[in-house]
Amino acid sequence: MTIRGEQWLDEEAGPIVRPYALIRGRTRSSGDDLDLIAMVSATGSPYTGEAGLGPEEQRILELADRPMSVADIASELDLPLGVVRVLLGDLQDQGMISVRAPAQRGPRPNERLLKEVINGLRAL
Amino acid sequence: MAYEHSEEPVALKILVAGGFGVGKTTLVGAISEIRPLRTEEVLSDRGIGVDDLDGVEAKTTTTVAMDFGRITIREGLVVYLFGTPGQERFWFMWDELSYGALGAVVLADTRRLTDCFPSIDYFEQRGTPFIVAVNCFDGADRHEAEDVRIALDLDPDIPVIMCDVRRRASAKVVLVTLVEHALRTLTPAAG
Repeated sequence: MTIRGEQWLDEEAGPIVRPYALIRGRTRSSGDDLDLIAMVSATGSPYTGEAGLGPEEQRILELADRPMSVADIASELDLPLGVVRVLLGDLQDQGMISVRAPAQRGPRPNERLLKEVINGLRAL
Repeated sequence: MAYEHSEEPVALKILVAGGFGVGKTTLVGAISEIRPLRTEEVLSDRGIGVDDLDGVEAKTTTTVAMDFGRITIREGLVVYLFGTPGQERFWFMWDELSYGALGAVVLADTRRLTDCFPSIDYFEQRGTPFIVAVNCFDGADRHEAEDVRIALDLDPDIPVIMCDVRRRASAKVVLVTLVEHALRTLTPAAG
């Protein structure tokens, strides 16, 4: 907590910019169907658009330098999931990120993986 | 479609469901690094005039905070825990959450057992493997677990365990029980 700061807004007061202003009011994008635990990786491709990358998009690219889940990115940015999905959709359209669907997408999860999880949980 | 890259991390999803205030946040926090995940959901009002307008301003949005935890099993294998929103009006989020989930823990409180009925119905219908974990702060009582099973009218193969979600060791047992159950549902013949 600030003791003698002049700050009149704190995190509890919420962001100054409304989340949906970041994405210009859009609620639909190619990122809509991204699974919460899909892995996002920056491809390293340069930006070729005209509008310029916003700070949030730049932050996503930094975070996704190593593969990171959609949920992790949303939590790190502290932005609503819907907003993050639109930003990710834009970056995906630009070819700046690649997204890998979760391993357990099909009806049958991998038996070997589950055994590994059981052992891993026991060892915690 | 899933791609197989050995170097890329594999992520699995476990849901923690149950009535409001039953200890979902405590369970996720006991076993994993917990962080909030915000979702801003559009509540569609069917009121006259509302649907005529474009843009989000025309609709009511509400922020729903979900509990979100991460357990690193090893480099490249991560289990994510998601606490499902307790209130029924957020059920539309469940479909997304439960899609591709390894399984679900339904937390129950014996004083308010009916609170977990909707969760059980939901996972039964979806065919998502689930267990019932009875959060009891005064330690386990075997008799009670059977009483709960009867009260909830659960299939005999669905595990019911007593737990104290404040304790990490207990939370661990809950998750191990779930994953073991999920594994059994994969290979029923071997069970």
